[in-house]
Amino acid sequence: MKLKLALASLCMVGATAPAYAQDPHLARNLAATCANCHGTNGHSQGGMESLAGEPKEKLMQKLMDFRSGEKPATIMHQIVKGYTDEQLELITAYFAAQK
Amino acid sequence: MFTRREFLKSMGVVAAGSTTMLGLSGSAAAANGKSRGHVVVVGGGYGGATTAKYLRMWSGGSVDVTLVERNTTFISCPMSNLVIGGLRQIDDITVSYDNLKSKWGVNIVTDEVTAIDAAKRTVSTAKNGTLKYDRLVLSPGIDFIPGAIGGLDGNEELVPHAWKAGAQTVLLRKQLEEMADGGVYALQIPRSPYRCPPGPYERACLVANYLRQAKPRSKVLVLDANGEIQSKKGHFTKAFEAYDGMIEYVPNSKLLSVDAKARTAELEFDTIQAGVLNVIPPMRAGEIAIKAGLPLINERWVEVDWLTLEAKGVPGVHVIGDALFPAPTMPKSGHMANQHGKVVAAAIINLFEGLPPNPTPVVMNTCYSFVDDKNVVHVASVHQYDAETKQPMPVKDAGGLSAAANDIEGKAALAWAQNIWADMLA
Repeated sequence: MKLKLALASLCMVGATAPAYAQDPHLARNLAATCANCHGTNGHSQGGMESLAGEPKEKLMQKLMDFRSGEKPATIMHQIVKGYTDEQLELITAYFAAQK
Repeated sequence: MFTRREFLKSMGVVAAGSTTMLGLSGSAAAANGKSRGHVVVVGGGYGGATTAKYLRMWSGGSVDVTLVERNTTFISCPMSNLVIGGLRQIDDITVSYDNLKSKWGVNIVTDEVTAIDAAKRTVSTAKNGTLKYDRLVLSPGIDFIPGAIGGLDGNEELVPHAWKAGAQTVLLRKQLEEMADGGVYALQIPRSPYRCPPGPYERACLVANYLRQAKPRSKVLVLDANGEIQSKKGHFTKAFEAYDGMIEYVPNSKLLSVDAKARTAELEFDTIQAGVLNVIPPMRAGEIAIKAGLPLINERWVEVDWLTLEAKGVPGVHVIGDALFPAPTMPKSGHMANQHGKVVAAAIINLFEGLPPNPTPVVMNTCYSFVDDKNVVHVASVHQYDAETKQPMPVKDAGGLSAAANDIEGKAALAWAQNIWADMLA
């Protein structure tokens, strides 16, 4: 039993240690999950909000208001709950930096 | 948790992976400072077109990309029910590949891949000979399982599926236009999992929306091989009712055979005479994935490593989109295929750079369905990679459905289409 546990934890270290190193392109990758609706790099084709170049704080506040229900939405209140605060910080910073 | 064998296997994969990376950084990337490698993408749908564009965009043009697609233009499956319902024309859902070529530098080859040699890293094409790749991305969509329904094979002109957009979409529309008032439009839905879970129910609504105006004595008969509506059930139940008896929904109605010429459908306990017979047959991963001998689950869907989207045990061959055995609650949708395309593009660029794939990928889905000419319902979900189960898992309490069908989302659905088509192809 002890050996099994030890092996298991060894495996865990082996398997997951690299997993905690953050990908250098994490913000870009996360922001790309928004692009289907909001356009590549946040440049909307119309009918959806453009996110490119919007101030980070403004975007963050909007997302928080969607999450709390303060800002009414058809769908964003459901989607925003799928991301962690850290992820939303990365996403909004990425869009803010787009020209 | 890991068994010892799996652990050793995963170590083996890591070792093999790093050898490849060394090989590449020692040659293509470092030597000329230009190309980091050549990726062949097979299939220019939602998954493949996205992969091609994002590989070029994110690598700053340093990854060469060849996209092999048999059609000369992209025609969207999402929104194709609007064409069938007479609310849009086929041109409205057709987009050119020109920008992928001229703006993004993707080499577009209009052709069909006939074979894959994963050991030699080559694909054979019907007209353009053999193409060599450093990494291959298959986005082959679905194909129908031959012989699954008696009398159907080879008769798709008489009994259209219209489950791949294009000529079939136009054909089904034409048949509906030619159907006499008082005729029956019968729609067979296969057992899950199939491409686009809410799609058949949306189609039933949009055909009824057309018939109600043009041929009000007609009927929409939904023959569902499943025991219940597979997606947005409450919304579609309500939507069906709103057509005042025009739509009849019959669960557990597995089609056994058809007489294509007579347009009759043989069920277990019943025979249906249809004016238009629309059969969506049982399906599996696109033919090339089957031909290539990739690992399948349930003999239908390709098993992948969710960090690289490589087929299990086939290094260098990535598979995305509807062809995958999905992670829990992950739908086979165009939106999801686009998201797979971005995950695989990021992973491949990392691998070319000698980096591990992003260990925490996220994908999400949004799907809008029309219940009539204006009103739409959505379903959405977010899937975060879970290191424990090694697959994306849906985030609890995130995503969900529309409160009710509404016209604000009718406009959002059309905007979604314009934006996602641009995200893939502009």
